[in-house]
Order: sequence, then structure tokens, then C-alpha cells
Amino acid sequence: MSKSKTPMSGLPGFRGVVARYMAPEPFVASVLCGFARLLTGVRAVWLGCVPENQPRIYFANHSSHGDFLLIWSVLPPDLRWRTRPVAAADYWQRDALRRYLAQRVFRAVLVDRVVKHFHASPLEAMDQALHAGDSLILFPEGTRNPERGLLTFKSGLYHLAKAHPGVELVPVWIENLGRAMPKGSLIPVPLLCSLTFGSPLTFERGEGKETLLSRARKALLALEPPGD
Amino acid sequence: MTTSETLYGIFGAVFSMLLVASLIGVTLKKLNHRLVPGVPPAVIDNLNARIQAWWVMVGLLGLGLWLGESGIIGLFAFVSFQCLREFVSLTHTRRGDHRTLLWSFFFFLPLQYTLVASHWYGLFSILIPVYGFLLLPISSSLGRDTTRFLERTAKLQWGLMICVYALSHVPALMALEIPDYSGRNALLMVFLLLTVQSSDVFQYVWGKLYGRHRLASSISPSKTLEGLIGGILSATALGTALWWITPFRPWQAAIIALIINVMGFFGGYVLSAIKRDRGVKDWGTLIEGHGGMLDRVDSITFSAPVFFHLVRYGWTV
Repeated sequence: MSKSKTPMSGLPGFRGVVARYMAPEPFVASVLCGFARLLTGVRAVWLGCVPENQPRIYFANHSSHGDFLLIWSVLPPDLRWRTRPVAAADYWQRDALRRYLAQRVFRAVLVDRVVKHFHASPLEAMDQALHAGDSLILFPEGTRNPERGLLTFKSGLYHLAKAHPGVELVPVWIENLGRAMPKGSLIPVPLLCSLTFGSPLTFERGEGKETLLSRARKALLALEPPGD
Repeated sequence: MTTSETLYGIFGAVFSMLLVASLIGVTLKKLNHRLVPGVPPAVIDNLNARIQAWWVMVGLLGLGLWLGESGIIGLFAFVSFQCLREFVSLTHTRRGDHRTLLWSFFFFLPLQYTLVASHWYGLFSILIPVYGFLLLPISSSLGRDTTRFLERTAKLQWGLMICVYALSHVPALMALEIPDYSGRNALLMVFLLLTVQSSDVFQYVWGKLYGRHRLASSISPSKTLEGLIGGILSATALGTALWWITPFRPWQAAIIALIINVMGFFGGYVLSAIKRDRGVKDWGTLIEGHGGMLDRVDSITFSAPVFFHLVRYGWTV
């Protein structure tokens, strides 16, 4: 998906303003975000940073399809348009509605989870987004995790951090959404969710893959509330 | 006086008190350092947030009463729903409990309040303690996950008892048939809420002004002996002064007020112990300055059933 085809790509000037306010997508997005906030009573705790308009990679634990929407919904609207979730192409391209939501409303960066040559295509799309000055929402576990804690991280986070050393990596712990709408259940339980934004990490020169990934994983795990 | 005249009078008095409280709050904010040296601004901001939240809460209660019995039932069903949300959000559950949680939120909670509305006391009083108690673990067991099974089941049952069963005794007061008191039951509810909630406020004020001796810092760092005694005695005096809106004699009102205030205190105490165990300060963030809904009504959950039974066995036919 190319960025210039979407109406919310931050076009400058009058046409950009018109495109933003006349298009139905921002309205659809606000409604969805409002609904997500109402349903989950979500509370954002900006522990280690504040919302800022600069390219960032928000990386979070993954337990529900609604994860990125929740992160999206607590971002201030002007940041929301510049923050693009990275999502699985096989899920979001299944029907017209999902394609519309993913491409036009969320401006998702869709990645193919089953592609053979992993290093080529998925990272390229994320790369372009960061180059354009957008932020990303990334789930480095790569799949939904029904248990507490974290699975091992995929290496995408490392490659992006290395290619964009100025980009801040912000850990975001999502609490309770996986319990509210677990894998394979239709009706959500109205639990209260919270998002904790930790201190940003940045790529350190010459840092190896394992070091960065384990640093990122530890930073995210540190935000998990204590189990009982 | 008719019931509604009395209600207008009482709400007028409460709103006047809130007005005075707001004026004090604003003045304190303005003169913070000159007037009360050593009080951190955060305490005053919190006080003002609390007062503002009281305006909203008293306003909502007034609205519910104005709408009549169904308004009150709707209001408390919402309070229960919010409390149960906060409770379960802080309680460990597993995937196998999902269906049980759905039953709790979308079946037992609405049914309990439907029973309140239908005045079916027999089933109202056993729905959750007996049928919820037996049926919910069946649902959990069908999730085929035995990890910490008893603990999960017990916690959920406890949440339902506190947040739904106990709280539903407040609107259930509307169904009691008391000789020479018909049509005035809303006042009984006002007596309970005003007495117990004022106890919380008095404990806060006495504690802030004269609190020296901590009660148990491991459970609730802000509770002091001075606050406890001053608060409960003040609220009991207020309850006694309200005897004329109840079917009680003044001395009966005094004893009942004392009992519900002591129960209310322990409600807050027990629920604080649970919060400390879970490592949190508040149940939620719904009510600015107070924390969550359950932080505000914790005292009601413990006093409402006792008050209900005292009235039911002492004053109904």
C-alpha cells in the first residue's frame, strides 16, 4: 500500500486540511476509538515519556486483535494520524470491510506473515513509513500470546532500529485486553484495560541483534503489573 | 411534609453543604501557604477534586430519586456493573473463566436487579449466594482448566457478593412494607447513604485535622484513630438527627447509625486489605479524587445488607 493514496497522509496546506476533514475515515476512526475507550475504560499511563510528534516505534505485548486500536485510541488525534499499526496481511485482507479499515482508516502497514523471503518485503513497507516521518505500532512477538509474560521477539524490531537509529523505541504494556476478548471468543467481558508507556530506548551504535532485542524485551516486561 | 418535600429539603441542605465545602476548597487553594503552612498543594487539589466529584454523585443520586424506583434501580445496577468491572480487572482469571465472567456480568447482575424491581424477596436473597455459588463453578469447570481453580472460583464469587449482591440491598429498601411509612422508603435509602457516606467524609476531615495515631499503615496509610472515632461519632450524630425521616425513634436511629457506620468503616478496611494485596492504591480512576467506583461505595457494600435486615426484621409486618 502506498502512502500517497490515502487521504490522511499529512498533505500540507489547504487541500490537506480539506482532505482530512471531508473524508469519512477520520470520523470512522474517532467512532471506533471512542467505542474502544468506552468498552475498555482504558487508562493510559505515560510513565517514561509523553506523547510527542516524532517518529517512534511503539512496541507492545500482543494478546488480542484489538491491541493496536487501544494504543491508537489513547494517542492524541494529531499523533494518531501519523502512527501506523503493523498488522498481519492475511487477517486484514480477508474481506472488503477489513481491507477498508486497515488501508484507509488505520493506514496499517500490512505484512505477510507467511512470505518465504522474510527479510525483503515486510520490513521495506515499515522502513518507508519511518522514512516518511510516521510512527509505527509493532508487536514484536509476532503472534497473539494467551499467557502472561512475553514470547521471544522477532528480529524486525532490531532491523528497523538499526536502519533508523534516531527513532525512539517506546515499550507499551497492554493489560487486560487479552482477558477481555481472548482468542476465539465472540463476546468481550467488560474489563478495564490499561496501557503503560515506558521510557524510550534507542539503538546504540554497534549493538547486536540479541542485545537490543533482549533489552527491549526486558523494558517491556518491566511494565507488566505483578502477577498474583 | 410529603416525601418529595422532605427530599427537596434534604438535597437542598446537602447542596448547601457542598457549596460551603467548595468555597472552603477554593479559598484554601488561593491562600494555601499563608493559611495552612505545611500542607502540600496536592492535598488541597485532591480535596477540591473530591468536592467536585461529590457534586456529580449527589446530582446523579438526586436524578435517580426524581425518576423514582426504576431510576434508583438503574443507578445501582450501573454502580454494581462498574464495581464488578473494577473488581474483576484486578483479580486473576484465566481463559477458562471467560464464560463464567460473561454469565456474571450479563446474566446474574441484570437478574439480581430485575428481582429487586419485581420485589421477589425470596429469590433476590438467594440468587447469588446459592445459585450463583453453584452454577458459576460449573461453567468454569467446563473451561477444563484446573490451575488455581478453587481460588479463581472463590474470588469471582466474592466479587459478585460484594459488588452485586450486597449493593443491591440499597435499592431493595424500596420494596420493604413498613406500616405507617408507605411511599416514604426513598427516605430510608437517603438515611443509609447520607449516614454512611458522611462517615467517610467525617473520617477524612477528622483524620486530616487531628489524625496522629495510624491505625494500620500496612492496610490503609491514611486511616487514623482520631479520624475513625471522630468520623463515626459525627456521622452517628448526623444519623440520629435524621430520625424524623425514618420509621425509627431517635435512640433507635442512633444505634442503627452507629452499627452501619462501624460496618461501613470495616467495608473500607477489608477492601483496602484486598487492594494492598494486589499492590494498588485505588480500584480504578472513574471518580476524580476518590479513585474508582468501588473506592466510593466500599462502605455501602458492608452496611447496606445489615441495614436492610435490621429494618426488615424490626419494622416490617
